Amino acid sequence: MSDVPENAAEHCPGTASDSAGKASACAGCPNQTICASGATKGPDPGVALVQERLENVKHKILVLSGKGGVGKSTVTTLLARGLAKDPNKNIGVVDLDICGPSIPRMMGVLNESVHSSNAGWSPIFVNDNLSVMSVGFMLESPDDAVIWRGPKKNGMIRQFLSEVDWGSLDFLLLDTPPGTSDEHLSAVQYLKDANLTGAVVVTTPQEVALLDVRKEIDFCRKTGIKVLGVIENMATFICPKCTKPTDMFPANSGGAEKMADELKVPFLGSLPLDPRVGRACDQGESALEDDSESPTTKVLDAVIKALLNVCGVVTVDDEKD
Amino acid sequence: MLDGVKHIILILSGKGGVGKSTVSTQLALALKDKGFKVGLLDIDLCGPSVPYLLQLENKEILQCPEGWVPVYTDAEQKLAVMSMGFILPNRNNAVVWRGPRKTAMIQQFVNNVCWGELDYLIIDTPPGTSDEHITVMENLKTVKCDGALIVTTPQAVAIEDVRKEVTFCKKTGIPILGIVENMSGFVCPHCTECTNVFASGGGKSLADTAKVPFLGSIPLDPRLGQCSQKGESCLIALKDSPASVAIQGVITKLLDGN
Repeated sequence: MSDVPENAAEHCPGTASDSAGKASACAGCPNQTICASGATKGPDPGVALVQERLENVKHKILVLSGKGGVGKSTVTTLLARGLAKDPNKNIGVVDLDICGPSIPRMMGVLNESVHSSNAGWSPIFVNDNLSVMSVGFMLESPDDAVIWRGPKKNGMIRQFLSEVDWGSLDFLLLDTPPGTSDEHLSAVQYLKDANLTGAVVVTTPQEVALLDVRKEIDFCRKTGIKVLGVIENMATFICPKCTKPTDMFPANSGGAEKMADELKVPFLGSLPLDPRVGRACDQGESALEDDSESPTTKVLDAVIKALLNVCGVVTVDDEKD
Repeated sequence: MLDGVKHIILILSGKGGVGKSTVSTQLALALKDKGFKVGLLDIDLCGPSVPYLLQLENKEILQCPEGWVPVYTDAEQKLAVMSMGFILPNRNNAVVWRGPRKTAMIQQFVNNVCWGELDYLIIDTPPGTSDEHITVMENLKTVKCDGALIVTTPQAVAIEDVRKEVTFCKKTGIPILGIVENMSGFVCPHCTECTNVFASGGGKSLADTAKVPFLGSIPLDPRLGQCSQKGESCLIALKDSPASVAIQGVITKLLDGN
């Protein structure tokens, strides 16, 4: 992993390298003595801070996908709202997509801003038991672009994980940007010692998406994250007029279920392409409340149950059985 | 290395999965069919889609004294492609790289590929406004870049991210050639009812507020996706379908603007 500072001289060996402070490129660098002293080689102090901060969070779940626009944020929102239906559970959502934060809009908290206190940054509360944090709350205008390279994004993620005052949570869902790069590596690096439960991988059925999603599962294997399961999104579209189904993104290679089977990871369910869900997300409303009989709600309940099972949480229904 | 390239077009979008790679490949294929020499550079390192979309998986890059030789789709060498996908040993392999390493790779892609004489070089990008984008901008500063084509889908969540991309273009001084709205409405094949699966009109209103040209809306058509997955140009395979008419319209407007 790179630890070369953003503004470092060319050929900087990196602060954690063995030749830190001793390489020829270090001559004249104002931080040469610090690097040479070895103080920079220890573990990142952020890791311990994150561990301490997230001590009272029972389950930390990453929502990943190699592909963009498959519905990571939508699925995160649905899962969070679905889990928050149980008033005894506290849910937090942190949006690690620094360049394209979607969570504030989907949760209906678009124009909020973050307040900080002695205890840290206060997350924005959507409901009594659902709070969120996103870089979107820190931008002055929706047009503002966050044009940052990796190291700066990493700093932000570290702050999100170590400085937000979540209180005690049952679930913390971490929504990520597409890809297998800085944001993902940082999240994993900081959460590994903080008891990361695992990752939920979201995909759409067509091969061009699965191609990238396989890479994401490979990333999980390489970094040692448990894949809790695969959720397929936008599977079939039911025409609102004639109620006949169409495969919008045809699964010509067998779809997500087959991929999950091949890669030996659990398959949690397949959410339909439902324009109402998209609309609810655009308006920041819950897609679950106004129409509890919708196919999305039914599938989602099953997905959440399967997810809780994988996480080893006993649900109320199970206790009754 | 880009001296012999007449036009450079970037395909950008703040949002993922809106069809950047589909638009890039369809644009490249259409330009090729018009008789131009075209290059397609895929700088999405973590999720390269272009090799799959052009049915070029398992092809390899060769080295020549001048640099890397791109992969050609045809014997006449009218369409040259370069992508991270050609470098990975296995299609399931992930590129788990942080920014500086991605930057170095993109610099090589921009400076070290011998494209030869090209009429158009199309650059397909990953979502966001980060390392890849900053690097490609910086490296294109010395050559003439025509500008960026921005792809979006109509719903507010996507538009929100795309607005950031517009700001990025303005801040970094790249002209915006226009905005294309993809996945615009879906006509049910059973009853021909048109449903706006991802809302409607977002691309047009974004273009109006940002004061950039709006190049057209491409409807959501599963056949377009399938056609793209076979490496075919939809302008030929799906001639006269609303989607291909829309793409044709976008290309005409884009070329007229140049």
